Formats: sequence, structure tokens, C-alpha cells
Amino acid sequence: MSALLEVDQLEVNFGGRVSAVRGASVTVERGETHCLVGESGCGKSVTALAVMNLLARGARRSAKRLAFEGQDLTGLSDSGMAHLRGNAMAMIFQEPMTSLNPAYTVGSQMTEVLRRHKKTTQRAATDRAADLLARVGITAPGLRLGQFPHQLSGGLRQRVMIAMALMCDPKLLIADEPTTALDVTVQAQILRLLAGLQRDLGLGMLLITHDLGIVARVAHRVSVMYAGEVVESAPTAELFANPKHPYTRGLLRCVPVPGKIKRDEPLGSIPGTVPRIGPGFEGCAFRDRCDFADVTCAHAIPRHAASVAHDFLCRLPA
Amino acid sequence: MNTAIEVKAVRRTFRVKGGLFGADRHVVAVDDISFAVPPGGVLGVVGESGCGKSTLARLILGLLPPTAGDIAVEGQRVIDMDRRARARLIQPVFQDPFASLNPLARVRDIVAMPLKAQGNIAGSEIAKRVDEMLARVGLSAEMGRRLPTELSGGQRQRVAIARALVLRPRIVVCDEPTSALDVSVQAQILNLLAELRRDLGLTYLFISHNLAVVEHVASEVAVMYLGRFVERAPTETLFRRPEHPYTKALLASVLTPEPGLGVPDVGLGDTLPDPANIPPGCRFHPRCPIAEPRCSIETPPLKPRPAGGVECLLV
Repeated sequence: MSALLEVDQLEVNFGGRVSAVRGASVTVERGETHCLVGESGCGKSVTALAVMNLLARGARRSAKRLAFEGQDLTGLSDSGMAHLRGNAMAMIFQEPMTSLNPAYTVGSQMTEVLRRHKKTTQRAATDRAADLLARVGITAPGLRLGQFPHQLSGGLRQRVMIAMALMCDPKLLIADEPTTALDVTVQAQILRLLAGLQRDLGLGMLLITHDLGIVARVAHRVSVMYAGEVVESAPTAELFANPKHPYTRGLLRCVPVPGKIKRDEPLGSIPGTVPRIGPGFEGCAFRDRCDFADVTCAHAIPRHAASVAHDFLCRLPA
Repeated sequence: MNTAIEVKAVRRTFRVKGGLFGADRHVVAVDDISFAVPPGGVLGVVGESGCGKSTLARLILGLLPPTAGDIAVEGQRVIDMDRRARARLIQPVFQDPFASLNPLARVRDIVAMPLKAQGNIAGSEIAKRVDEMLARVGLSAEMGRRLPTELSGGQRQRVAIARALVLRPRIVVCDEPTSALDVSVQAQILNLLAELRRDLGLTYLFISHNLAVVEHVASEVAVMYLGRFVERAPTETLFRRPEHPYTKALLASVLTPEPGLGVPDVGLGDTLPDPANIPPGCRFHPRCPIAEPRCSIETPPLKPRPAGGVECLLV
């Protein structure tokens, strides 16, 4: 059986000047949480939007293969894609206030999703919405269905977004920084909820984050992105125990870990900033910030396998 | 003089219009807080959004007058001070370097502004001190000629730090200085702030929602909840032996990059704190996992601890 989501050699350009995604490959298996991690501008959100075919006008998407449950997405019509989106493939975004419509009640937005994709009555759709609100830990779901988004706290709105994404029993859930706008205590609650739903419903999840703490706690597999490329991909435990790419190693050193840091001892850091890359760029995009770079890094970089499920993009040997 | 910042029984409320027919409401942002920071110390203030930590920062900077109580920096009352004198003593670094820098001014001019505003510093002296300061925060002279929009987030935060330090203040109030930055850049800026504090003998009030960051920079930590410090302790004590259930929940919420541990259950429920409607008794009791009936009636007194204290009936 083919994987749930296959992305092979995805390229996204904006106006022919900026290459946002450069040959990124990501596979999400059924029932697996795959984290895309990287810093701002590395192309992780663009990758997700490209999968959903939600890129802004002027963006060009191409891929060697882009398939959902074995079905090719690149050749799919707009209506074909609209049939999948919100249905078998659902997405939640960072800022629930901007992704919920402020002019409609929670209930009408939730039931619309179901009525659009499935043959059902308003009554049955409302029941399902109430069930799902309860499922995501919202007390008094009946009350919440009649409320508007501005009447809810940030954590509640994100729960509503999650419940709405689940309305049509998706097989794939793409979550783009779902907890970045939330307080730490609420973040932990929402992540716990997402991890539980993923496990109980057997969802495939593509979770996008910049936070390595989140990756460590919820991902089965991790792909590290840098300047539009996946520079390293491995099962989570292996990536943290045995990071290979100098960028991955640098990122792990930057994270302050409570109880393991000494005051006034400098944190590890990566000098410089992420470069902006145009078409025709060759070699390793990290070379200007890398301690191990030499002249060969300006040429095409081989992808090495560190183990069966672990590969990285660097001239250094495994 | 043995305190850099001294805050005595400070309270700040805001009136919020109730709308067409509603009554006005009073939001209590800072509720009777007292503390002192010694010279060279770093007090980390942690708490969730809406807990009043940014209001506290603005009070100490003299940008807001307190509703009640007194604030002194280096022994002088903040609200009595002349703006120029205050600027020479205490300076802010804010969260968002995209919003806090004038997009139409060159970096050099942004950093020179506090010196020019003093009105009595010669042009040649200003140029010299701007050059020194840019170099000190790791920006090249060429960067000085650019506009903020041509800089990355980390570079902009360096500009904000240069502007804060160019008058050689004694105290810097950092309000979420790295929250808008990527993790690799956050580390650069934290290292820079630590280095500057050591070299220039600065005192910091360091506000953050990120406990790991606070642990790295602070000598003592205050945990703020609905306008009060519910626990205050030397950094190591707070992280090793937290007492207040809210402190414990905050610490439990930190997701360290350790695979296999899963996501912790912090057990705080969904009722978020509302500063316009502070609960009676212990203000944390509606979310507290160990609350008892008396917690909703009795106000917890401050129980002193070595170099700090905790406000909970149950510890």
C-alpha cells in the first residue's frame, strides 16, 4: 500500500525570483506524526500550503511526485482538490482568530464543513459538531456552538479549529504551528489533545513547528528544513541521539534546557542568518554559517544515509 | 545605595469601557506588588499573557504612573524624574524589533537618537559613541547606514539593544526580548545581553514567558499571576524546589527536547484568568489542581522564604 502522503522533490518558486522550496521530499505514513522543523523562512509552511494547493497566486509548484493515498495531486482539478480539502485532508493554522470567520457562529462554521462534503442533515451535522467539541475537551459544547469566535479564548478557538478539522473524518491532518500563539500551559494542553486524537483516530499528521521541544514530544519522524531543503530526516529518537547535519546539531545546541544550563555560560548559537536563495543556487545553503564548510560545499551535495531510515544532505560522511 | 530597582506596594488599574449599556470595568493589572533588585542582579518575571508583566515593565520605566505605591530606581522616584535624566538611568528593550524601530530612519540615526535627545552632547561625541555601540553589539559600520527593513530580526534586536545602551544606563528592562526571534538567533541575543550585563555592570528586569530562557539569564525569578507575584525565589531554588502549584504547572509545561517523554498533563483546566474579574480568595484557585474549599474564601498571605516568598495556603 502506498504511503498516506508522498511528496517527492517538491519545488516552489515565487515570481521566478525566490525559491521557497527546493527539492523537498516528505512522506507521511498512516497513523504517523511527521514533524517538519526549521526556522522562519525555511519553507516549511510553503511546503504544507503546496500540498493543500493553497499557495498564493504567482507561486509555481512542481514535484516529481505529490500524491495522497496513491492519488496524484499535481494533475487534480480545482474542484477535485476542493473535494479533498477539509474532507480527507484537513489543515489547522497558527492563529485561530484569523482562520475562523468572525461573522459566523462556531456551530454554523463547523456544520458547513460537513454539509459541504457529506450528505447529511443540519440536525445530524450539529450533533456531530457538539460531539467533536466535547471530544476536544470543550465543556458545554451546546453553548459554544452558538457563540462567535471573539467570545472564546485563544486555547478554546484552537480547540474549535481542531474539532472543525475533524468534522469529515480526515485521514491526514496538517497542523501549521498550531500552538505558537498560545501560552505555555495552554500549548501543553493542546499538544496533548492533538497527540491523543492522532493516536486514537489513527490520523496521519504533518506537524509544522520551529520548536524542537514539541518535535521531541510528539513526532514519530522528523524532517529538518533549511533554506527550502530537507537537510536531515530521521525517526525522532534517532535524530536527537545522533544528529548528523551540522545545522541540526547547531539547532539542538541553541535550545536552553531547564536544569541543564548554567547561568552566564554562553548558549550554543549559530552565527549569521538564513540566506535568501534564488533560482540556480548551487551547493549547500548552510555553508556560510557552517564550521565544517570548505570549497567543495559550493558544489552539488550528496544525500547520505546514516541508517535505513535516516538520511542527511551534507558532504561530510555519516 | 543597595537597590537598583525598588518597588513598594505598587498597584495599577485600568478602566475599561463597558460599552453602550454595560458598566465600566476595572482591570487590575498590577495588584500591590513589592520587591527590590540589587545592582547587577537580574530579576526574571514569568507569567502568561494578561498577567500584568508588561504593565509592570512600563511602570518601572516611568511610562505609566502607578495608581498607588512607589517605584524608585537607584534611589530616585521614577515619576518625579526628568525624562532626560530617567533616560540616562533606565532603558527598555522590547519584544518586536519590527515595531520598535522607525522604518524610515537609518540604523545610525536610530542609535544616535537618545544622545541627541539629551540636547547637550556634541555631534562628534555622538558619532564616536554610536560607532562604539554598534561595534559593541556586533553590527558593522556598513549596517549603520542601512534601514531597519534591510535587516534580519536578530540584527534589528541588536539595533534596539544598541539604542538602549548608548546612554550608558544602569538598568535595562527587557520585555520578551527574544520571543519574536528564531531559536538560533535567540541564543545569539541572549549571549550578547549576558555579556553586556557583565561588562557594563547592568541590572536587568527580564520579562519572558519562556522559563528556560529565564533560567539562563536570571539570578532570581518572580512568577506572576493576575497581577501578583505568587512566588519569588533565587533561580536555582525556583527551578529545583518550586512550591506554588502555578509555578509547578508552568515548569511542567516546558517541553524539553527529550524524545519519548510525551506531552505532560499540566492539569490546569480551561478557565483562563481574567484580570477584570479576579476570583476571591486565592486568585489561582479556579485553575488549581490541588485547591481546597477554603482557597476560594481565604486570601493567601505571603509566606516568607530565604530571598523570596510564596502565596499559597497549602504550602
